[in-house]
Amino acid sequence: MTERRDRAGVPARRVGEEVVGGRQTGDHAAALSVKASDAGSLRFTVLPPKELKELSARLGWSLNEPELEAIRAEFKKVGREPTRGEIETIAQTWSEHCKHKTFNGPVRYSDGKKSRLFKSLFNETIVKATKELGKPWCLSVFKDNAGIVQFGRSGRWALAVKVETHNHPCAVEPYGGAETGIGGVIRDVLGAGLGAKPVLNTDTFCLARPDYAGALPGGALHPLRTLRGVIAGVRDYGNRMGIPTAGGGLWFDDDYRLNPLVFCGTAGLMPSWAVRKDVKPGDLIVAVGGPTGRDGLHGATFSSATLEGEADRQAVQIGHPLNEKRVLDALMAARDRRLYRGVTDCGAGGFSSAVGELAQDCGAKVALEKAPLKCSDLAPWEIWLSEAQERMVLAVPPKNYPELEKLFLAEGTGCSVLGEFTNTGRLVVSHKGAPVADLDMEFLHDGMPRVERRAVWGLVPKPKSRPCGARKGPADRGRLGAILIRMLGHLNVCSREWLIRQYDHEVQSGTVIKPLQGMRHDGPGDACVIWPVAATGEWADQAGFALGHGLNPSYGRLDPYWMALCCADEALRNLLCVGADITKASFLDNFCWASPEVPEQLGGLVRAALGCHDAAKGYGVPFISGKDSLYNQSRDEKGRDLAIPGTLLITAVAPVNDITHSLTMDFKGPGNSLFLVGVTKDETGGSLLSQMEGCSGEVPKPDPKAAARAFKAVSGTISKKLILSAHDLSEGGLGVAVAEMAFSGEFGASLELDQVLTSPAMLADETILFSESPSRVLLEVSPKDDLAFMRAMKGVPVRRIGSTTANPLIKVSGQDGSVVLETLLVELKTAWQHTLPEAMR
Amino acid sequence: MMPSKPALRGRKPKVLVLRAPGTNCDVETALAFKQVGGDAELVSIADFKAARVRLMEFSIVAIPGGFSYGDDVAAGKILANQVKLYMKEIRNFVRLGRPVIGICNGFQALVKAGLLPFSAAGEQTASFTANDSGRFEARWTHLRLNTQSMCLWTQGLPEMIELPVAHGEGKLVLKSPRHLEELKKNKSIALQYVSDDGKLLGYPHNPNGSVFNIAGLTNPEGNCLGLMPHPERFTVRHHHPNWTRQTFMKEGIGLEMFRNAIKYCQS
Repeated sequence: MTERRDRAGVPARRVGEEVVGGRQTGDHAAALSVKASDAGSLRFTVLPPKELKELSARLGWSLNEPELEAIRAEFKKVGREPTRGEIETIAQTWSEHCKHKTFNGPVRYSDGKKSRLFKSLFNETIVKATKELGKPWCLSVFKDNAGIVQFGRSGRWALAVKVETHNHPCAVEPYGGAETGIGGVIRDVLGAGLGAKPVLNTDTFCLARPDYAGALPGGALHPLRTLRGVIAGVRDYGNRMGIPTAGGGLWFDDDYRLNPLVFCGTAGLMPSWAVRKDVKPGDLIVAVGGPTGRDGLHGATFSSATLEGEADRQAVQIGHPLNEKRVLDALMAARDRRLYRGVTDCGAGGFSSAVGELAQDCGAKVALEKAPLKCSDLAPWEIWLSEAQERMVLAVPPKNYPELEKLFLAEGTGCSVLGEFTNTGRLVVSHKGAPVADLDMEFLHDGMPRVERRAVWGLVPKPKSRPCGARKGPADRGRLGAILIRMLGHLNVCSREWLIRQYDHEVQSGTVIKPLQGMRHDGPGDACVIWPVAATGEWADQAGFALGHGLNPSYGRLDPYWMALCCADEALRNLLCVGADITKASFLDNFCWASPEVPEQLGGLVRAALGCHDAAKGYGVPFISGKDSLYNQSRDEKGRDLAIPGTLLITAVAPVNDITHSLTMDFKGPGNSLFLVGVTKDETGGSLLSQMEGCSGEVPKPDPKAAARAFKAVSGTISKKLILSAHDLSEGGLGVAVAEMAFSGEFGASLELDQVLTSPAMLADETILFSESPSRVLLEVSPKDDLAFMRAMKGVPVRRIGSTTANPLIKVSGQDGSVVLETLLVELKTAWQHTLPEAMR
Repeated sequence: MMPSKPALRGRKPKVLVLRAPGTNCDVETALAFKQVGGDAELVSIADFKAARVRLMEFSIVAIPGGFSYGDDVAAGKILANQVKLYMKEIRNFVRLGRPVIGICNGFQALVKAGLLPFSAAGEQTASFTANDSGRFEARWTHLRLNTQSMCLWTQGLPEMIELPVAHGEGKLVLKSPRHLEELKKNKSIALQYVSDDGKLLGYPHNPNGSVFNIAGLTNPEGNCLGLMPHPERFTVRHHHPNWTRQTFMKEGIGLEMFRNAIKYCQS
């Protein structure tokens, strides 16, 4: 389900995501049997409640009892029976998918000590923080298909960003699911304002380990097959669209084995004048793109089903990148000639949501027989609700239509007039003169009854395992090195080159900081920097932007609140390390959770939302867009509910004022100073160390205010060109970070752990090396700049902890001065590069 | 034989950047020409069909990269068939010595239309197949230029350059072994994939497994160049993956190729 808030209370886009409650038990035969009722009566207002509920389940409407009653009351007031098309439209518009009932609805939350009633969880956490921050460069937030911020200093450009999930379809049909996932988010950006030209795609996958050897329930795909499929889907669609896929991530956890998560993101450039839509009565409703078919019918309701046994693969849409590329090119040409006043994409609910959205403040009259079809036997309501891909709806002043049509036809894609926008406040749909729907816009968008949900959060019981770093006895010189090598080979750390090279990450010639960096172009970059010159055409302008992610469900298992802060911190650190201006950063949130009907699950979600609020306020970074995908749980092979770990992907995007000042993470030379910014604490809870060594610790707890101060100081030193390389400390802490910088730059490093700023003052060597305390970055500085650097960092916790060396090895001396780790770079790099190609074999 | 000079001279040579549905490197290719003083225009194959443009009004033709027609059937095949519809005109354009470049998908189309490596014959003697790795590959490659080649696009460039490739069907194959001998004899092999020390090695140095590590071909006259690597993706120093490690580079080497063609038309 998409579009939660990006247009609160408007039907949403994408297809086939998780939806509320009931499952679709109706099969196609059942759907056909009620075709007769299309124009006639469903006897909706007179059916007893029980039968009404059964009908709703049979036809896959996913409407609950209060909602059915609200519809009944409305049509009693109108004085007639609703048509099938009307109920389908309402069901679509009111689905969890579109309305985000949980996130927008009331929630009673209790954490054991205090309880709190949210009238709207979303409005009182994430939106509130954004509103209070009141950043002037946020041009359009939570309203449109994507968040829109200012771009560059000229004031001529704006940047639209959106991240979506497409989880259920990818569980059933990974390739098609990922294709339509990326295709859908591209259309979101095309349908933001008057359309932005996509300049960057990202993809983040959460799956079970590709070598998972346990049992799976019937019908579930093996994670290796899912991974192969989703990578191929993003590759084939993204590459054909001519949009660089240069960001994203991979996270492996076996609890995703039945519900893989697929996040697709797109960023696009538009001229500032194109930020707002302005649909006027009398404008033509124009459908462009591919024809309408039966594909993806009831995609939304299908995905509400828990995935058991044979799922209906026809509910997954079919992607066609060439068609979408044609739409993209024609649409951008039409935009620049200012031929239309509004645009939105056909996502979940197809025409019904697209037209409903554009006509929200006026009204619309639609004649469905004018829609081009793939097959002639579609019932009118099927045309109205089909989720066939690569279609968009425009609001076009009649005098511009001939020119617009010429543009689309020249590009070889469809263009037809479906009707016109009116000023009646009603949505009137007909097919060959027969009525399909006649609905009051206000009832459609605001008539949904609200249901209060209960959320509880109890403290996670203290784990019984030994605390990390508490190993007794003399230091074993080989042990830390062995841990480091295993960490680098861990699936959540290892090289992603196998996958990144399959994506064209340089098309449009704007990827100036690439995902792979270093001497041999294979080191792990923190974030990409895009110089969108193919969209602006302004060679002299050095303005760019950086986009990075933060994700760590392991922290969420301990406390989703701190997970949210850690993710925000990590996303910002990633931007910081490539030289972005993080004082003008923006966040996007993507929540993927299990069933919100389970109070403990919803409790975790509330904690994460509260964390997002505090992160936004603490770092001074507003949220501009987001989405939630719920009901990510399925019955496992033993019939128990397997919930995914509560997952939050935070995407951060920030301007890079001058791309020639941006940075990579690889060491640039021998004899340079290494400075560690931030305090290292005993924070190993959820860390890679705790997972590998079976130990436990405190979850990392960022202090956003202090972190923001430190980041700002670092940012200042980068713009003064004092920094040679920068890398953020995330999974695996200092050890992994220094190893990655070293083998990417092909210079060694020598570190002294007694120089590291820790709290408390005494920590085990193992903890200092592998703690995942947030807000830390490792910087390489030329010794001649040491003083200038330290002066610029005044008041910020920072220490010189070692230097780079010509010797190709990492050497670490412990707190007692003895060497605790000495490992060749080649060993580290081999371990790091080996894992993924091996797993994908 | 030196190719004859383009009929149309001028300070701003007109460049036709041909696009078809699915072309996706058109904008940056046009920008590269504009950067060195060309007057680049995006012309769609539909404009040709409607006779809205005349080939002979242009001094240079570039067929950029992408997935023309989705690369359905085979990479560049449908575009090649479209180009063949205007074969007489295009062959004439090449015969007059005007510069033509096909990059990536454009190279595939030129080869499949029979315009390369022997533009005079018009018969297809080479083709492309899937990379040996079985995957789409996006990576920077080291390339060795054939300094003996007549190719006007690569004149004066250093022998060793770097450019990125990004393709799934880039493995060049020849109809018969005798064609390779002919290519060598005609100095038609303009570019070869090599290791950083200039050796003809296998994957990943040769990213697709092309015969004789061929990365680019020119016609014997040297005015028509096709290459899998993307010169338009290396026109400023910040395009290079290691620009943060270097200070000596002033601009991207790819830009030199476009400048060569523009200069050729201006002189």
